[in-house]
Amino acid sequence: MREKETTLYLGPQHPGITGNMMVKLKVAGDTIVKAETHVGYLHRAFEKLMEVRTWTQCFPIVCRICVPEPDPNEENLARAIEEIEGREVPERAQYIRVMVLELSRLAAYLLWMGGQSGSSGLYTMPQWTVGDRDYILDLFEELTGGRVYHMYIWTGGVRRDLPDGFEGRVLKTMDYLEERLKDYDKLMFESALFQKRAQGVGIIDKDKAIDWGVVGPPLRGCGIKHDVRIDEPYEIYDKLDFEVPTYEGGDVWARAMVRRQEFEQSISIIRQVIDKMPKGEYYNKIPNPLTWTIPPGEAFVKTESARGEYGYYAVSDGSDKPRRIHVRGPAYVHGVSLLENILVGANIADTSFIMNSLGVCPPEIER
Amino acid sequence: MAVINLKGLISPFSAIQQGAKPPHTVKYPAEEKETAERYRGMHFNDIEECIGCGTCSTICQNAAIDMVHLDGFETNSGDSGLRPRVDNGRCCWCALCVDVCPTGSLNLTKDYNYVTDDPDSFLLMPGVDNPEGKDILSYKGSDGKSLLEYERVPMRELEGSERIKSFAEVVIGYNEEEARKEAQRCISCSLCTDICPVHMHIPEYISAIAKGDDEAAVKIIYDNNPLGETCGKVCTRRCETTCAIGHQGEPIAIRWLKGYATSTAKHIDVIKEILDPEIAKPNGHSVGIIGAGPSGLTAGYYLALKGFDVTIYEAKAHAGGMIMYGIPKYRLPLDSIDKQVDYMESIGVKINFNTKVGIDIKFEELKKKHEAIMIGIGFEVPYDIGMVGEDAEGSIQAVNYLRDINSDIKADVGDKVVVIGGGNVAIDAARVAKRFGADVTILYRRRVKDMPADWEEIEGAEQEGVDIHPQAIPLEILSDDKGKVKAIKYANAEMVADDKGGRPRPKIIEGDEHTIDISTLIGAIGQEADYSFIPEEIKEQIEISRGRIIVNEDQATKLPWLFACGDIANRQADAISAIADGYRAVKGIEKLLLKKEA
Repeated sequence: MREKETTLYLGPQHPGITGNMMVKLKVAGDTIVKAETHVGYLHRAFEKLMEVRTWTQCFPIVCRICVPEPDPNEENLARAIEEIEGREVPERAQYIRVMVLELSRLAAYLLWMGGQSGSSGLYTMPQWTVGDRDYILDLFEELTGGRVYHMYIWTGGVRRDLPDGFEGRVLKTMDYLEERLKDYDKLMFESALFQKRAQGVGIIDKDKAIDWGVVGPPLRGCGIKHDVRIDEPYEIYDKLDFEVPTYEGGDVWARAMVRRQEFEQSISIIRQVIDKMPKGEYYNKIPNPLTWTIPPGEAFVKTESARGEYGYYAVSDGSDKPRRIHVRGPAYVHGVSLLENILVGANIADTSFIMNSLGVCPPEIER
Repeated sequence: MAVINLKGLISPFSAIQQGAKPPHTVKYPAEEKETAERYRGMHFNDIEECIGCGTCSTICQNAAIDMVHLDGFETNSGDSGLRPRVDNGRCCWCALCVDVCPTGSLNLTKDYNYVTDDPDSFLLMPGVDNPEGKDILSYKGSDGKSLLEYERVPMRELEGSERIKSFAEVVIGYNEEEARKEAQRCISCSLCTDICPVHMHIPEYISAIAKGDDEAAVKIIYDNNPLGETCGKVCTRRCETTCAIGHQGEPIAIRWLKGYATSTAKHIDVIKEILDPEIAKPNGHSVGIIGAGPSGLTAGYYLALKGFDVTIYEAKAHAGGMIMYGIPKYRLPLDSIDKQVDYMESIGVKINFNTKVGIDIKFEELKKKHEAIMIGIGFEVPYDIGMVGEDAEGSIQAVNYLRDINSDIKADVGDKVVVIGGGNVAIDAARVAKRFGADVTILYRRRVKDMPADWEEIEGAEQEGVDIHPQAIPLEILSDDKGKVKAIKYANAEMVADDKGGRPRPKIIEGDEHTIDISTLIGAIGQEADYSFIPEEIKEQIEISRGRIIVNEDQATKLPWLFACGDIANRQADAISAIADGYRAVKGIEKLLLKKEA
């Protein structure tokens, strides 16, 4: 007998939703029959705002496109401008950029761990990981002056050089996080309950993953090796030695294991970066930002963010302001088309759990 | 049967161990977390150092900063009197404002806590509302490279050794690429506009150059200065001394940029095409101008545009006054002046050359012919040096010497020249004499830094091999038995503090006297005006004080129909002030004749 269908609104204000968006669920009993993602609750028109701002003024805007991981936005915009303009970036700046990107990946994964385990009822983890993320934010504060919004990577390099002894403090934090990972393992990844919740839930069909445009850890969790850092290396990623982990299964568990192993890879990358970082200039100065114009042209650049492939398309008409900047992030695919598909058949209680595993960042959908 | 994951069931309980460890958090508010050295907290502005240029407000992408007047705060020149006010409800602490602050006065502090129930108090006047911020500065502009460009695009010049061979223009001028690059350094703060006597639209024309629109730049320049090309070569450029970028870097080369823009209009037809002047219908009023110097030409140009019947009476064969006869051709070539004057004539300015008022035409006659008269005759009569032996042959005056050279009259100064004075005229005379192969020494009473001459001129003279001898007081001119100068005796001086609190003055060091052999002595210690052409009864009605005619804000004398401009009316004694006077006189004449209130 077919059960009665009920409509259930998850969000826009719900602890299980990462940011303000809403999933309208049609449920029969505990099973989801249909899911619709509704966005529009925090539309701030970033792309449009940038068209009326000078190139340099765009930097304080782009970092807000993803709160948990703002730095790929800055790096993308900077690199897009550099590509159109043909501006060289000093090697040291490229190393610093990679260090910042990886630190932000770690911070994002710590938040994810909190969210993933929190949405399965394991509330101790968020307390730990959010606290440990603060040690990375401390590093950001020291380096950039801001904890969450850094506005640090910009055209031509980075805004300030590393403070004295900063590398040492980064390494110390890396050692600490590596040690803490053992605790996370015990509490979360080795937990029979977590495994039970995660395995076989939210399965992405490997054959459809590419067609759907799935990227990042969800794609690698389907056993498909794809990572911008390896496939189309940017900055100095080609000078580093690291593995991109993949995991078969396509379920929440596979994605969790991919991220868990990437966490270690990122720590290793940061150590390599600090080891290899050359001395020298950190900034190839741009002309006066009030009058600076960029020759006409366009560029598409992308980074591997914690959520997956993250691209910026920038067009200059030769003026001091961008003609168009388009942000192409994974959250749109993961949060709308993918989520709507894989929620069907899932248990209501797994909605937030699955959503967390995909890496959905609503402000990035509504850029 | 399912395998029981025993390890997976037990291991989470290891978290209990964490309970024995000390907490990571601080016990706020008993304990506060120390912010990082670069922390971006609330703003602090050193209001004494700030010049109110508003660059912080311009760069702010959130429009969180507005510039407001600060009551009870005295401002110096080069200061708008405005100070930034930050709306902390809008600010995102990106610190772009700090990174573009040209004085370095605006910084961020460690302070980040602010609690209030009054939304209006979100408006923070940094440095005024939070004076304590001074001691907790954190993110500072000086920490890194400023976003502004502090280095000027260097001006190409002829080499010193090359220059003294001819009267070729020393300054080569910016090419297009250089001009664009230099113009792009400007932050359009407009402080220069305030200080410019003419209030030229400097940020506007620089912005046009930066955008590659030279024609627009020329139009903007001609809007209130018809001698822009001259100013682009020889202006005393107070604008550059006040330039905001000059506080921590080299000021924008405003003069050279003006020179670049005007030089793109190489021919008067081009100027006409660009400006496409709209000349008003004749309004039936007639104005006479005495002297075709910068002030006379400026007044004549704008009056003619406004439909006045303008006649300029010029004693000499060329227009330009001091810029024609007082400035050497290596700074301001003749064809440049001619081009500008030709253009003025082409729009209806009549110039009667070789007509000296008082001799060729009586002042009274002018009074009958014209409804208003403007005098702009300049200071052409040099002061005597006031020294024994001054009347000897070979003792000449710099203004006369420069005039002769510029009029192609032969003036042989021999091979050993001493110039007395420290102003631009002295330097000009010295550099001209150098070009005729003489060994030139300048004797100046005070220190080099006290010289009123433009530092670039002083530097140029030094590069060309002029020997500048500061703190040297001339005592006596020695002549030979034929009455020709032979040598000059001078004494070295030391600087002593002035009892009355004025600037330090030179005091002769007893016994430290020297003599230099000379073939010519050139005096350049200042000039005055010759008012002999003005009838006595008129002189009595206008007020002349210390050699200058007293005028009101419209350049009118005590006689409402008589206007005075340029050196005879202002103390600045430079071309740009004269142009400003001429521009103001136009307003005064309009008020007088058209009964128009400005």
